[in-house]
Amino acid sequence: MKVIYLLVPLACLVAAIIAGFWGAKIGNSATHRITITGVGLSFVLSVVVLFDVLDGHSFNGSIYTWGTSGGVSFEVGFLIDHLSAVMMAVVTFVSLMVHIYTIGYMRDDPGYTRFFCYIALFTFAMLMLVMANNFLQLFFGWEAVGLVSYLLIGFWFKRESAVAANLKAFLVNRVGDLGFILGIAAVMYLFGTLDYSAVFSAASEKQNAVVTGVLGYEWSWITLICLLLFVGAMGKSAQVPLHVWLPDSMEGPTPISALIHAATMVTAGIFLVARMSPLFELSTTASSVILVIGGLTALSMALVGLVQNDIKRVVAYSTLSQLGYMTVALGASAYSVAIFHLATHAFFKALLFLAAGSVIIALHHEQDMRRMGGLRRYMPITYITSVIGSLALAGIPPFSGFFSKDAIIEAVHHSNIPGAGLAYAAVLMGVVVTAFYSFRLIFMVFHGEPRMDKQARSHLKESPWVVTVPLVLLAIPSLLSGGFLVESVLGGHFLGDAVAQGPSAGEGDHLTAVGLMTHGFLAAPLWLALGGVFLAWIFYVRVPSLPGNVSQRLSLIYRILHRKYGFDQFYQWLFASGGVRLGEWLWKRADIALIDGFAVNGTANMVGWFSRVLKRLQTGYVYHYAFVMIIGVVVFLSWGLWS
Amino acid sequence: MTNQDILVVLPEIVIALMACFILVLDLYLPATKKKKFGYGLSLVTLMVGAGLSIVYSEPAPVYGLNGLVLMDSLSAILKVGICISTGFVLVYSRGYADARGLWKGEFFALALFGVVGMMVMTASNHLLSLYVGLELLALCLYTMVALRIDSTAASEAAMKYFVLGALASGILLYGMSLLYGLTGTLYINELSASIVRHDGSTLPRTMALILVLVGLLFKIGAVPFHMWVPDVYEGSPTSSTVYLATAPKLAGFAIILRLLADGLGSLATEWQGMLLVVSIISLALGNIIAIAQSNIKRMLAYSAIAHVGFFLLGILTGEVSGYASAMAYILIYAVVTLGAFGVILALSSKGVEADLIEDYSGLNQSHPWAAFIMLLLMFSLAGIPPTIGFYAKLSVLQAVVNAGMTWVAVVAVVLSVIGAFYYLRIVKVMYFDDLATSHPGLQFRPKQDARILLTINGLAVVVLMPWIGKLTTLCEGAIEVLF
Repeated sequence: MKVIYLLVPLACLVAAIIAGFWGAKIGNSATHRITITGVGLSFVLSVVVLFDVLDGHSFNGSIYTWGTSGGVSFEVGFLIDHLSAVMMAVVTFVSLMVHIYTIGYMRDDPGYTRFFCYIALFTFAMLMLVMANNFLQLFFGWEAVGLVSYLLIGFWFKRESAVAANLKAFLVNRVGDLGFILGIAAVMYLFGTLDYSAVFSAASEKQNAVVTGVLGYEWSWITLICLLLFVGAMGKSAQVPLHVWLPDSMEGPTPISALIHAATMVTAGIFLVARMSPLFELSTTASSVILVIGGLTALSMALVGLVQNDIKRVVAYSTLSQLGYMTVALGASAYSVAIFHLATHAFFKALLFLAAGSVIIALHHEQDMRRMGGLRRYMPITYITSVIGSLALAGIPPFSGFFSKDAIIEAVHHSNIPGAGLAYAAVLMGVVVTAFYSFRLIFMVFHGEPRMDKQARSHLKESPWVVTVPLVLLAIPSLLSGGFLVESVLGGHFLGDAVAQGPSAGEGDHLTAVGLMTHGFLAAPLWLALGGVFLAWIFYVRVPSLPGNVSQRLSLIYRILHRKYGFDQFYQWLFASGGVRLGEWLWKRADIALIDGFAVNGTANMVGWFSRVLKRLQTGYVYHYAFVMIIGVVVFLSWGLWS
Repeated sequence: MTNQDILVVLPEIVIALMACFILVLDLYLPATKKKKFGYGLSLVTLMVGAGLSIVYSEPAPVYGLNGLVLMDSLSAILKVGICISTGFVLVYSRGYADARGLWKGEFFALALFGVVGMMVMTASNHLLSLYVGLELLALCLYTMVALRIDSTAASEAAMKYFVLGALASGILLYGMSLLYGLTGTLYINELSASIVRHDGSTLPRTMALILVLVGLLFKIGAVPFHMWVPDVYEGSPTSSTVYLATAPKLAGFAIILRLLADGLGSLATEWQGMLLVVSIISLALGNIIAIAQSNIKRMLAYSAIAHVGFFLLGILTGEVSGYASAMAYILIYAVVTLGAFGVILALSSKGVEADLIEDYSGLNQSHPWAAFIMLLLMFSLAGIPPTIGFYAKLSVLQAVVNAGMTWVAVVAVVLSVIGAFYYLRIVKVMYFDDLATSHPGLQFRPKQDARILLTINGLAVVVLMPWIGKLTTLCEGAIEVLF
């Protein structure tokens, strides 16, 4: 099996290298054949691994020792258990779909081979991240996916907005990564090792270790580590207030929005916390923070989604909101539920993005929903798959999202740590909003009168098969994976012992998918979701003038939402302009005036001046020379005789 | 007089006899052969002298001539160094001196007599023999500085050197006489023990020490007894400058080691403080004033002052490893300085002294090889790795740090960094400035032998690096037997 584990990431890496270095030489079709073969192989092997793990086999060992320093060895190693196997399968499946889809989406792009190289490289990095058995390799994968994300957001590097967006993503992620690496350093300091299993087994005995911080306040080491690691997770999984980069990342091509900024990379933070669940279980403080942050993200970002008109941005804000849901689940110690939602979300969100991309290419890169409408007649496959995705997102049974979201809401409901009440309210309200904006999108894009210009309408047709086949293939798990997996999730078998079990695990052992659905009709979330869909129908189909009126009446709220709570402006003012101003000040005062002017050139000038002065001592008169000698003798004599 | 007495001073005897022979031969040979014979014979003499020094060397001290002189590995190494560097001087100077009418019998005879004086200095075990060697060298140097009779600068420099040298000799002799009065002995190896035995007032003792110290510091040109150095370096013909800039430094090291470290070793705590002051102000003054120079010979004079300050750091540690590092330093310094003056000599031609720094602008364009050799030598003088100059500085600093004087090492490094400026300026002028147009360009036309030696000399500062540790081992071995 070791060979198979190794082959899973390496197949992608080799494909990426070939596509990257020889892509231009071997041509477009050979490039996509090679990368799809590589990723396809990864997918097949990941499925093999998944079944092997389900059979009860797991693996934890190092493959290669990278270096040893001061008794600590840095290793490349794999930890294959339920958690990583599920992640591998999800990542490679979505990646494979996106690879196929890209053939159609990027057909005429001059950067075709570069794009394939990047996404294959991304798959490799993501696999290294999820398969890691130590913090160092985790960090490698973490940074590598960040790098590829940066490269892909700025894929169209001639667009100013794309360059600004990738810079923003990079900088915001730096903030998170700083916390992350500090967390790793803290782990290193406390445990003396970077190996997961060693850290986890030693964690409980270090539970009471404290560090005295500033002002003499005592921190629990574990809490400190968890919070630092979670800061990293917040950056990558775009939690408030580090979420600002994700909507802008939509500047990248749609396939990577689906792959990286919806299905896989942004869930790395969720994965991280789930992976570290034995640590997080030991810190209620950290769990509370996670709950609150997740709840805030889930509701506030869903609200912003209501007022977006760019089709991709709607989906992007829904991603933010759903990531908030997953975070809430983590905070409620329902780690397997979080991963469950991660998996179902990966399918339906990738589906929604790819469907949005399909619409975008059909309309020749038009992204404004106000210039769409009535597309269901022209694009039936895209329409049906989008509806499936939206139903899953809104949480309507029997679609997958219903089960995972319901499980999250239940978990929060049962949690009684500080912040749980707030998070519960947030996720419940979020359900209405989610259903509303999902169907707002469906109704605006696919129903009503076509609002695009004549020329665009005359070219409307369904996308080619390389686009629609991935849609269909993603629609299947979006529909089925929830019901299929929910029993094992609630029974606590889903991730085996890969994650720590929360206090409520095992309670739902008697539940079945069908039972859950019938139970759903008696519970609030489903009715809230249906209410949201109904509202959307009234607003955008029944009474199309309503949205304008409402936004005028509630213009203050509308403006706040439209401005996304002012995060961007605030960051721009404080960090971007402030940073520039500070830099300018330091440059002029500290660098030019103090360091260059005073320290460096000042010293040089002083030495030069001194040199010219001393040079005058050399008068050329021999009696001066003799005088200096005599003075020297006298000085030495008096010194010697004195002491 | 026994056989051993002769063997101990055999190299000196051979060279002195040959110097006389060359001087006499010069009178009888036809003008066309004079130069060739004198040159060839001098080189052969120096080689024989070096060879004899090696062949009859003994690791442990062997005394001769009633203990006036001795022979040990220290004197053997330094004698070989003196002979070889003088040989280099002759080879490098040929073209320059020939073009100025200095290439004649007196030059060879003076150079060889000076070598005899230096060898006696390295081998002396007696204050008188030391003084005789010193004066023999000094007289040769005065004359060599004045050799170019048509140059007022040279005459002036010689005059200054002579007057100040006489003053310094007087001070030195006064100190020696006090030493004799205190101890009743002139033998250096007995000095240390008997000076401690003397009790009573420390006044004469301290006075004797200081006066001797001042005399020695003048000879090697340390601040504040350095005033002659820049004028003499600049004023004398370059062929004489290269002579007095290299081999005498080795002899100076020898007398400092013998008289100060060995003979007055029991007073180490008293002279260490003074040497510390002297070496730091030498480093400071030498490095700082060198920056303001426009004449490269004068610049190298201040550089010499700074280097003397550096090698004194090794001496003042008062430990074997410090002495050894100072010895390695001075040997390496001699090699590098030879090369630097060699390049200046090779670039001079009739009427062109090549002694202004601006003359070197754009040298890389006209003579890339000369510029490259000069670059290596300048890097080495500045102490930039991977040149042997770096190693020299490093080993001295190591000794200083090991002796617990870390702050001294820091000061020395800071001052060396300041000093790096003027060496690097030469490199900058050669490589980044435009070819000089206002004055006649330099011609790199050394004689064939000088060209070969110069190439070897220049490359050696880098190529020798892997084996440089052997030099330290050698020096340590030579000095260990003394203590």
